[in-house]
Amino acid sequence: MDTLSNLAMGFGVALSPFTLMLSVIGCFLGTIIGALPGLGPSNGVAILIPLAFTLGLDATSALVLLTSVYYGAMYGGRISSILLNIPGDEPALMTTLDGYPMAKQGRAADALVLSGVASFIGGLLATLGLIIMAPLLASVAYLFGPAEYFGLYLLAFCTLGGMSSNNQAKAALAALIGLAIATIGLDNTSSMPRFTFGNMHLMDGVDFLVAIVGLFAIAEVFFFIETHGRDSAIGVKLGKITVPWRDIWKSSGTMLRSSVIGFFAGVLPGAGASLGSFLAYMVEKSISKDKASFGKGNPRGVAAPEAGNNAAAGGALVPMLTLGIPGSGTTAVLLALLMTLNIQPGPLLFSEKPQVVWGLIASLLIANVVLLVMNVPMVRIFVKILMVPPRILLPGITMISFLGIYSLSGGYFDLVLLIAFGVLGYVLRKLDVPTVPVIMGILLGGHMEDALRRGMVISDGDWTYLFSSPIAIGFWVAAIGGFIAPMFLRTVLKKPQRNLIDVED
Amino acid sequence: MTSNLLKALAASAALTLCAASGAFATECIAPSGAGGGWDFTCRQIGKILYDIKAVDTPVQVTNMAGAGGGVAYAYVVNERNTDADLIVAASSATTSRLAQNAYGGSTADQVRFVGAIGADPGVIVVPKDSPYKTLKDLVEAIKANPASVTFAGGSAAGGYDHLKVLQVLKAAGYTDIRKVKYIGVTDGAAALTQTIGGHVQAMTGDMSETVGFIKSGDIRVLATLTEDRVPGFEQIPTAREQGYDVVAVNWRGLYVPKGISDEQFQTWATKLKQVAESDEWKAEMASSGLAPFTKVGDDFQGWVENVVAETAALSKEIGVIK
Repeated sequence: MDTLSNLAMGFGVALSPFTLMLSVIGCFLGTIIGALPGLGPSNGVAILIPLAFTLGLDATSALVLLTSVYYGAMYGGRISSILLNIPGDEPALMTTLDGYPMAKQGRAADALVLSGVASFIGGLLATLGLIIMAPLLASVAYLFGPAEYFGLYLLAFCTLGGMSSNNQAKAALAALIGLAIATIGLDNTSSMPRFTFGNMHLMDGVDFLVAIVGLFAIAEVFFFIETHGRDSAIGVKLGKITVPWRDIWKSSGTMLRSSVIGFFAGVLPGAGASLGSFLAYMVEKSISKDKASFGKGNPRGVAAPEAGNNAAAGGALVPMLTLGIPGSGTTAVLLALLMTLNIQPGPLLFSEKPQVVWGLIASLLIANVVLLVMNVPMVRIFVKILMVPPRILLPGITMISFLGIYSLSGGYFDLVLLIAFGVLGYVLRKLDVPTVPVIMGILLGGHMEDALRRGMVISDGDWTYLFSSPIAIGFWVAAIGGFIAPMFLRTVLKKPQRNLIDVED
Repeated sequence: MTSNLLKALAASAALTLCAASGAFATECIAPSGAGGGWDFTCRQIGKILYDIKAVDTPVQVTNMAGAGGGVAYAYVVNERNTDADLIVAASSATTSRLAQNAYGGSTADQVRFVGAIGADPGVIVVPKDSPYKTLKDLVEAIKANPASVTFAGGSAAGGYDHLKVLQVLKAAGYTDIRKVKYIGVTDGAAALTQTIGGHVQAMTGDMSETVGFIKSGDIRVLATLTEDRVPGFEQIPTAREQGYDVVAVNWRGLYVPKGISDEQFQTWATKLKQVAESDEWKAEMASSGLAPFTKVGDDFQGWVENVVAETAALSKEIGVIK
């Protein structure tokens, strides 16, 4: 009952006409920011913080505006993933795998509606999870030490092999390139620079946003130039928008499962939305009877990462609000905003500033509904932005990518790096090496290494530390199972599967 | 179709302009991304400077992340060396990185440190159910067996949080400081989580990071590394009272380019002092857990030089620099 009365108070704060207007503006800007390659939720929110201060917004209004942008960007990222095969932001990476093949089959509208609904379900369940479980989940973070984190990242990498169905060796090679790039920069455990060649800009390592935009957007530009637009991804046509009830119904289980996985991935500090969408996709693929169709336009492959990353966005707010630990780059920016507004997140926030917390939760629920309306019936508005002729769109994408990357560090070095990644992406695609594992390597490799090294410091180099808790052992079992099982099952399952598809079709 | 593109471009241009307007006002460079401690310093000091009319136009904050402040440092030294309208946020992290030569060869004498106007007291923290009741318990346990205690902190190994612990142990007469176990995690809150979760035995960090957890009773602060007990937290003893003469605070302040005139330097020192004395800043410090710590002008410059020398000596001893 307490929860309901608190929520009512939250809606009282968030439902004024002014805050509603802010929410609509935030959702609209957020969706655009998410859809534009290079501008992700974290720099979107960061850019808008000064705006919130200039407008003289109070704490609640500023939070409403910026969380709407945050959720909006999570929705928007899928649009360019599906239509252009360029992830609008890093959590939308997995959506390219099945979203773009769907679009190429002429089902772009279906993919957009389906992913919009999946985003809504993910976001809604995560917000409900935040309401019900935030105080309980705060203690989950305490259970995760270096051994448990290492197990978690290991699980993510062991399922990587399944990502590229045609050639495991190439997927492994790509992951290793990513891991190698992740070692660049100041080593956290010894404070020694590695592979920086005395260049100060490399001290912080390679920003994964630079890698993503380079490997996808800039490489796409190179392909476009080479083929004069004939083979390029740009220019997928969008048909009439109808609601694919059958796909939605068929993937409803996927959405629920992925929301739960995404939410818990978001709750773990440092894991965040990318891991949420990644694990959601991998779980769906591994439990599906029809593995071969993943990566070729399976609607479930679109629903899973979108439900997963939106749920993770909500989950990431749990450690941010209850422990003051941001679970992702964007929540780090939100945390900074809270602190600038003299609100110190921590174990006591829920009891000391209930109007802020519940106002925030209510505004998340409102934003989610606004976004569903904006992203399903009105998705055309955003699509049109991306659907202009390639000769105009490509320079636009290039410019926005450069602007977005420049806004990260305010220096030209990242732009040079961006182009280098574009060339790498072009070469890898020519060699038919998947680029997604490269990104996963960069994204998770550093965390995984840190977890291992911290564990070794704590245990004085005793390897058994890594198996020292039930949670860690659970991850190891799942990881080894996930890695070995497909090798044995592939031969057994391959033929009957093909037959099944034929029958279904 | 084209008009939609134009709309999109206009939107992105507008977003960029928000971040880049007001080129002629005083500029404060935050050498971190939006949201970091330096960003906070720039925004708060900038706001108060304008509110108390020490500057005519609102202070423009530029974020310049990279190399833990090294990118901004090199930029100021090389490109803006004579700009009198430029201030840059700094803290203990700036000086300890300079001391450890982590700014690609830049040295502390290439800029002028104008002042500090508040400090986050260093703290050493254990979980509430820890067997270590006092700082002495913890220090003696490490002396007996350095492998028995691992510290977690928000800076990388060799960083400021790590050095604080080593200073205390040195003050206790323990010399084998390379044996002290330390893990660097992303920030103070993450370090506290690892500590409360029992993965490590103690946390070293800043007071502000621990305030919420002190109130909730999940942790015990063994000592603050300050000269006197921290206002508002008088129940917590200092390391000094417990016999370890260490003062380690994470100051918040500014540096300015080297090439400006002495007069301009003094003007900034005066303005910063005005900020430090304003009611607005006092309220700000109280709410964010900062303790008063005002040192400006030549006084501060001298203090910084000392700190850099001490840090360099300690870093050599643990092998972070040669």
